[in-house]
Amino acid sequence: MGHFVSAERRALRDTGAARRTLLQGVDPRSRILAAVLFAVVIVALHDMALLGIGLGAALLMMLTARLPALPTLKRMATMDTFIIFLIAMLPFTVPGDPIFTVFGFAATWQGLWQALEIALKANAIILALMALVGSMEPVTLGHALSRLRAPEGLVHLLMFTVRYVDVLRGEYLRLRQAMKARGFRAGTNLHTFRSLGYLVGMMLVRAIERSERILAAMKCRGFTGRLPLLDELAFCRRDAVFAIGLLAFLASLIAAQTVSPA
Amino acid sequence: MHIVDGALAPEVLIGGAALAAAGIGLGLKSLPAEKMPAAGVLSAAFFVASLIHVPIGPSSVHLIMNGLAGLVLGWAAFPALFVGLLLQAVFFGFGGLTVLGVNTVNIALPAVIVFYLCRRGIASSSPAVAAVWGAAGGGLAIALTTGFVAISLALSGEEFVPAAKLVFFAHIPVMAIEALVAGAAVALVRRVKPELFVTFAAALSKGAPS
Repeated sequence: MGHFVSAERRALRDTGAARRTLLQGVDPRSRILAAVLFAVVIVALHDMALLGIGLGAALLMMLTARLPALPTLKRMATMDTFIIFLIAMLPFTVPGDPIFTVFGFAATWQGLWQALEIALKANAIILALMALVGSMEPVTLGHALSRLRAPEGLVHLLMFTVRYVDVLRGEYLRLRQAMKARGFRAGTNLHTFRSLGYLVGMMLVRAIERSERILAAMKCRGFTGRLPLLDELAFCRRDAVFAIGLLAFLASLIAAQTVSPA
Repeated sequence: MHIVDGALAPEVLIGGAALAAAGIGLGLKSLPAEKMPAAGVLSAAFFVASLIHVPIGPSSVHLIMNGLAGLVLGWAAFPALFVGLLLQAVFFGFGGLTVLGVNTVNIALPAVIVFYLCRRGIASSSPAVAAVWGAAGGGLAIALTTGFVAISLALSGEEFVPAAKLVFFAHIPVMAIEALVAGAAVALVRRVKPELFVTFAAALSKGAPS
């Protein structure tokens, strides 16, 4: 757990990706499916060289999506700090040929390889996911999921959440500023825990009250429980090229894996 | 607390995804269109709450508040927390894709368990008793979540067992903090807007169609 991507400076609705890029033109549905397929194939691989190629492909996707490289990699590194304890322990817990010993615990090659394998997989998949799906507008993600037959309720929930995360964050920052103005400083003490509890409680109260006004306004405009999606998504040649290219790449990874003796 | 891609066995991933799908389905059933805006805005509120850092000595932890989410949302906590995890993975690069199902179950199932165990307690006529039940729910949810994370790791291989134990013990301070924060939050909501805790519970008992 530890540190969350601290105080996201960018709003959720602003993905930071340039509008017109090679990937932006590809149908969002294809990009979602591509990310899922990529993840499944990468998870199934065991060969270190192939996983390296997978990570390389994910880096390439990141560059193609024109995601700002430094912040994206920083985010990936943040995730790595979470898994570091898991990975650091593996060499000592997997039985096998010892490399060195620390305080009588032997680190093994097998454990080291497994740790490296997990690190490569986790980073390749999260990078590809951010490049393929994270570079689209959150609203587009909702639309695309809806067109992929995700349950309507889930899509609505996603759209509402995306719409109101920024609003609630503003609410949070205002409350926090009011606390600061009254001399609140967070520390490891009961007063802090209680104050933050009141803060969370107040956010929930404001959220539900806001939602009452939203519902009233939506009803006023004839809300019947459906949100019409206006854009039409069409599968075109660019999508076919993208799909064929990706499928060929993934198929060759699987083929190489089956052929390799390991 | 999130597990990343590549660590878990395929059986655990598939099992987690199936359980998550079932939980999300049940949660959506408890959400008629009337309640959708409330669920969405609350889901956003819990998303923002998870960005709040609490200092522990020189380090800090972020809040999770899944127990409170369960108390407020009931079964709807499943889809609401899933949406939060999906957004975190896609836009913040946090967590993973193939583990989305497992992570959803690990966070949302404790929320639902807490909902059933503590919903009577937080409705108590005494606000102090309600706050204590809220704290118990908040702490229990984190204990269950770390327990589930440990089980997911242990089911995937013997070699993860020491790490799984470490996860559990390292999170004991987090359990205490979450309990205190959730207790205070329940105390405030009971004083300011007690209806908050019945909005979704009512929809569930009526068995309203989606």
